[in-house]
Amino acid sequence: MSAVEGIHPGLNLAHPHAEAQAETETALFGFWVFLMSDAVIFALLFATYGVMLHATVGGPTPSGVYEIGPALLETVILLTSSFTFGLASIAMKHGAPRRRLLGWLGVTLALGLAFLVLEVRDFLTMFAQGATPMRSGYLSSFFALVPLHGLHVAAGCLWLAVMMVQVVVFGIDERVRINVLRLGLFWHFLDIVWIGLFSVVYLQGLIR
Amino acid sequence: MNAPLWPAVFGRFGWMDLPFVRAWQDPSVSEIIGAGAGGLVVFGGLAVVVLVTWLGRWGYLWREWFTTLDHKKIGVMYVVIAFVMLSRALVEAVLMRMQQAAAINAPGFVAPDHFAQLFTTHGSIMIFFMAMPFLTGAINYVMPLQIGARDVAFPLLNAVSLWLTAGAAGLMMVSLVIGRFSTGGWTGYPPYTELAFSPDVGPDYWIWAVTLGSIGTTLSGLNFAVTIYKKRCPGMDLMRMPMFCWTSLCTAILMIFAMPPLTVATALLALDRYLGFHFFTNDLGGNMMNYANLIWLFGHPEVYILILPAFGVYSEVISTFSSKELYGYTSLVIATMAIAVLSFTVWVHHFFTMGQSANINAVFGIATMAIGLPTGVKIYDWIWTMFRGRVRFSVSMLYSLAFMMTFVLGGLTGIVLAFPPLDYLVHNTLFLVAHFHNMLIPGLLYGMLAGYNYWFPKAFGFRLDETWGRISFGCWVAGFYLAFMPLYVLGAGGMTRRSQAVFEPAFRPWLYIAGIGALVLLCALVTLFVQLWVSIRNRESTRVPVGDPWNAGGLEWSIPAPPPEYNFAVIPTVRDRDPFYVEKEAGNAYPRPKRYEPIAMPANSMTGPALGVLGAVTAFGLVWHMWWLAGLGLAASIATIIARSFVRDLYRIVPAAEVGRIDRRWRKEIDRAKPIGRAVEGTPANRGLAEVEAA
Amino acid sequence: MTTANGEAARETRTYAIGYLLALLLTGAAFGAVYWQVASAATVFGLVLGLGLVQMIVHFRFFLHITLGKSSRADLQLILFSTLIIVLMVSGTLVILFNLHHRMM
Repeated sequence: MSAVEGIHPGLNLAHPHAEAQAETETALFGFWVFLMSDAVIFALLFATYGVMLHATVGGPTPSGVYEIGPALLETVILLTSSFTFGLASIAMKHGAPRRRLLGWLGVTLALGLAFLVLEVRDFLTMFAQGATPMRSGYLSSFFALVPLHGLHVAAGCLWLAVMMVQVVVFGIDERVRINVLRLGLFWHFLDIVWIGLFSVVYLQGLIR
Repeated sequence: MNAPLWPAVFGRFGWMDLPFVRAWQDPSVSEIIGAGAGGLVVFGGLAVVVLVTWLGRWGYLWREWFTTLDHKKIGVMYVVIAFVMLSRALVEAVLMRMQQAAAINAPGFVAPDHFAQLFTTHGSIMIFFMAMPFLTGAINYVMPLQIGARDVAFPLLNAVSLWLTAGAAGLMMVSLVIGRFSTGGWTGYPPYTELAFSPDVGPDYWIWAVTLGSIGTTLSGLNFAVTIYKKRCPGMDLMRMPMFCWTSLCTAILMIFAMPPLTVATALLALDRYLGFHFFTNDLGGNMMNYANLIWLFGHPEVYILILPAFGVYSEVISTFSSKELYGYTSLVIATMAIAVLSFTVWVHHFFTMGQSANINAVFGIATMAIGLPTGVKIYDWIWTMFRGRVRFSVSMLYSLAFMMTFVLGGLTGIVLAFPPLDYLVHNTLFLVAHFHNMLIPGLLYGMLAGYNYWFPKAFGFRLDETWGRISFGCWVAGFYLAFMPLYVLGAGGMTRRSQAVFEPAFRPWLYIAGIGALVLLCALVTLFVQLWVSIRNRESTRVPVGDPWNAGGLEWSIPAPPPEYNFAVIPTVRDRDPFYVEKEAGNAYPRPKRYEPIAMPANSMTGPALGVLGAVTAFGLVWHMWWLAGLGLAASIATIIARSFVRDLYRIVPAAEVGRIDRRWRKEIDRAKPIGRAVEGTPANRGLAEVEAA
Repeated sequence: MTTANGEAARETRTYAIGYLLALLLTGAAFGAVYWQVASAATVFGLVLGLGLVQMIVHFRFFLHITLGKSSRADLQLILFSTLIIVLMVSGTLVILFNLHHRMM
């Protein structure tokens, strides 16, 4: 391991400026704390979903509205976008030309948008079947949990776009670097939440 | 009835939403009080604007206060919010006490709907807009100084938290002028707060005010925790931190993990009300019991958020005014951490009667009794700190003594409530109301007032008036006992909480005593402001520029009063607990720096006030269904955040020469001052320089 | 730095291994449900277990959370958060299911 002990993983070792490193560590730790508070929100929505899963009130049921194909496709897309973000992080860390960083960020953004398009299509299909959140407690809990994740992904996509602009405008300066690292934490975190989502919501609903 | 004036622009607003119009239509005492309150807000707001304009101080306010990222000024602004909101909520309490005393087999003078708004705003304000800002302000001011830091970890986030809180408090005040407030209590239980039973703007005001405030609090918790983990000065190990920092750390951890359940509960209620979801409705699969579960997952840790900072203050104050090292530091740390963790394991005791099995109630009842133990440990530690110390009865110490005795009484009633079968008898009676006020007033409020008297000289450079401080203290203690002890009797006698009228004549004498107590508490509030006024008037004779008026041990006392913007000219290195005391004993209290360095401070930013205003505007739009306003507000908020991320000029350099100038001016004060003993601590001889016998 | 490229290659390999493992675990979970490999309860347990493992894979390979000193503070934070989440979620489920049962 060539990484120096005590330095947060992901820092660019080509610029071992002690104060900047301390600032980066602080900024990243703070973002981890924010992610943990976000995790509690998601956890409670999962719990609410578990409690309301059977409140279908004679309306649409999970096995009636979930489809395994789209769920798998969305999962693979989001997972791949996590991988491509990792490649972007490596490009930034090792001083690759800006184009490579922008390229991988762009691919990640495209995959994120694809995920969102598919998810919105899923929701519209559900609405067409009468599976709206106003129909039952179960559907309310579905439409709080899954779209909240989707909103986070949308925010992440906006953030990706802004970062790409900032890389062009400022190059990879300290602020851009810290923000890309934070976005990375955010993006990977969202994929972890998605693991929970496809397991507890889609797969549980489709088990026969 | 109340036709919307112009739905496309003003949403569901109609003329009857103004209390002045309502009072005109129906000039009952109740409506006139409401109109009067609304009028006060309008008049007060206008008066402030006119005064500032007339004095020509907008520029000063904008530069020095509204756009500052300085944790000290942010802390002061939090406490100002707390004092303003304390005034409103205390008056509301007096109104309720007067109503209950008057309405015994009689209608009283406050109508039922108005009364319901009063108990809802009283609780919501006291918790979210008095207590939370007060303790957040105290931690903000003191903690970075105590750990030898120049500011918190995220100064801009700190400002954003403040302004979100201010915006939410503003929303609460606006609800007095436009519309009405919720009648569902400070916890807003559905299905009563659902559209079916409360279609009006009230619950929406409550939801958005609480949501804005809770976002601010979560971010503050994050900020404080990261500051304590990452910004301690060299040598300041965790086990050398002052107890106030330990309680700040545990409070911060609670904030981070306890606010999310509140956000979820209010968000789901909002989804029900705005989009017709069915989380907590009576029909179509709603589960309103989950609301109680979610709100108390927040609500229980919340009360520990309220009390832990006060415990921290007591540790500081009792040690300083006993001239003795805090007894049992390690046990206090362990007790604090135990309270923090256990606070997540007891929430069901707030709804023992909701219907779950006796076994579940038993588990949580036992956990609730267990959580009393670490607090007991702390009480013993404080008593042992005073034992064989040289106790001085300063105002702060008086509050601490009153706390120790009165809070323990309240704790005992808490143990009564922890037994499910006993709780079944007194749940939602005045017994419960007496219990939690018994914890919050002698616990939290006395702690904040003790801290206020203790650290005011540090913040403003002069001491508070002792005489008026004692008078106010006397009123707070006498008022508390008179107002709340009768409530235990009434609750045990079966009087339900939140009652606008009473039909049991036996309750009369107790309600009268409680009413008198409320008036004494009003005097306590007034004398608190008198103390401030007199102190400002007499400030020349109470100046303590050297900065150590109480001969205390924390790093905050080793710098001037008021401190320079950057706190420390040179970041200190710490050798032990009570680091300033250690240096004083070694004869090294004010070491002269070899060299002054330039210091980079965060530059001012309008992001904080912008987000506060935009958050409040968005919330207002949502309350009144002015969708265009809500959309604009949200879009502008996002744009503000993105725009801020493009700013590169984040720092302002304070030149070394300036640092040196400020430091040398302070050292002249040190040379001029005479070191004083504790006997003359309360006299003008006290310039903030302590006489310490060398070890 | 001459080892920079070696470093980059090693990090790329870390992400690639994580990606492949995650794909496998995802496939296994979806497959177990699609092909009904066992009783409903067993499949659900399997899905949850595979999900938990995949979360750990993400933490280890994408977020670099290891048992080493450099990620110690982050790991402690994650473990504490997990404790709180487990308390809140299990408490909610136990209490609400108990209430549901007693109302039926």
